[in-house]
Amino acid sequence: MFPNSFEYIAPKTLMEAIELLKQHGYDAKVVAGGQSLLPMMKLRVAAPSILIDINNIDELKGWRNESGYLRIGALTRHADLEHSEELREQYPLLAETAVWIADPLVRNLGTVCGSLAHADPGSDWGAAMLALHAQVEVAGPEGKRQVPIDDFFVDTFTPALEETEIVTAVLVPTPVGRVGGRYLKIERKAGDFAIAGLAVHVSLASDGTVAEAGFGICACGPIPLRGKRAEEYLLGKKLTPETIEAASRLVPEDAEPADDLRGSAEYKRDVLRVFAKRGLSDIAKELQGEVVLR
Amino acid sequence: MKIRVRVNGQSYESDVEPRKLLAYYLREDLGLTGTHIGCDTTTCGACTVLLDGKAVKSCTVLAVQANGRDVMTVEGLEQDGQLHPLQTAFWEEHGLQCGYCTPGMLMSGYALLQDNPNPSEEEIRRGISGNICRCTGYVNIVKAIQSAANKLADAAEESGDSAKEVSTSGSSSD
Repeated sequence: MFPNSFEYIAPKTLMEAIELLKQHGYDAKVVAGGQSLLPMMKLRVAAPSILIDINNIDELKGWRNESGYLRIGALTRHADLEHSEELREQYPLLAETAVWIADPLVRNLGTVCGSLAHADPGSDWGAAMLALHAQVEVAGPEGKRQVPIDDFFVDTFTPALEETEIVTAVLVPTPVGRVGGRYLKIERKAGDFAIAGLAVHVSLASDGTVAEAGFGICACGPIPLRGKRAEEYLLGKKLTPETIEAASRLVPEDAEPADDLRGSAEYKRDVLRVFAKRGLSDIAKELQGEVVLR
Repeated sequence: MKIRVRVNGQSYESDVEPRKLLAYYLREDLGLTGTHIGCDTTTCGACTVLLDGKAVKSCTVLAVQANGRDVMTVEGLEQDGQLHPLQTAFWEEHGLQCGYCTPGMLMSGYALLQDNPNPSEEEIRRGISGNICRCTGYVNIVKAIQSAANKLADAAEESGDSAKEVSTSGSSSD
């Protein structure tokens, strides 16, 4: 299978890439890992006449700590976060999520930011970045801007990007306190898209109350969704069997699953409830010892 | 478009259409037909090669994206007419039935053992989770990779021992 013919350009700077987008608009596509775009091009679902490969742009490579946040550059691969031991303590959800994406071969090429820009409702990173309250950094002819993750997913496969803009990084706020993260996913077979998935992020203040709570819902709506009700409920409370139970019942209320071949809407809602309970219970055990949940 | 690619240690210069996929470039332009094309939809892993040391699906990389980079295919495992211990292990443990997935399994297994020389059964199963064997011969594939890990560990120990012997004999002659 071959894509339609296209012109291939691999610029070395971000400015050149944006200039190319200005010239070619919707005829152009940006490729990083290419693990969603190339299959779409092979199926001729996407048929750009210009392919802009950003892999040679050094400033987009890798992740680094900056003041107040972790900056994950546009060329950071899923595998980079899966194996980043340095990020385990402060950003456990990153590796927890990465390992669930596709398979090791795809994870070696596919990128976090590419996955966000693709805006698939079944995107594991979409759910994780919602839970982490991330910002998406976007560059265009007028410079850079930051888009809160809640505003980034406009609709299925539609991100809040102008035709001349490129996602350059995703910025994850540095959490305060002790941090726990879990990604829970049910799939038909190893490496598949989720039937339903849930990203859970919690940080505890020194008095044991919840300082930050994040729930990102995957594959249960037209875009990745935030479990807002459960987040608001948990803030300032301690993780106890009662609060965990109550929060886990609130998560499905923010989901909009559809009946499909993967399962009924009712089933997916219940999966989300179970995932929230499991995720929170695991995090409580990890952060508080065995005291709370005997 | 002109590209220069290093494949199994040898440099090639080619003129390729941008839409040509790496798997097809390896097979059709370079004649390296060990890399198989299975599903051609980023699912089965039969086309797995190493790109700058990382295992990837070569049906989902453009040949032009390999420009200036290093590729290793299944043909690169054998050295000086000697099968790689991983290949020998697949032979001995009957790690193949029809053989179609084998080049991909070998390359994923090779990449796994590079990163993790002593993987558990679960780690092996996760490591080859992007490679599908439609004969469902996974049990022996896992055994073969385990056996290869042992072979490679023994070989490393032996070379370590011989290095020690050398240094001992060196010191005794002082």
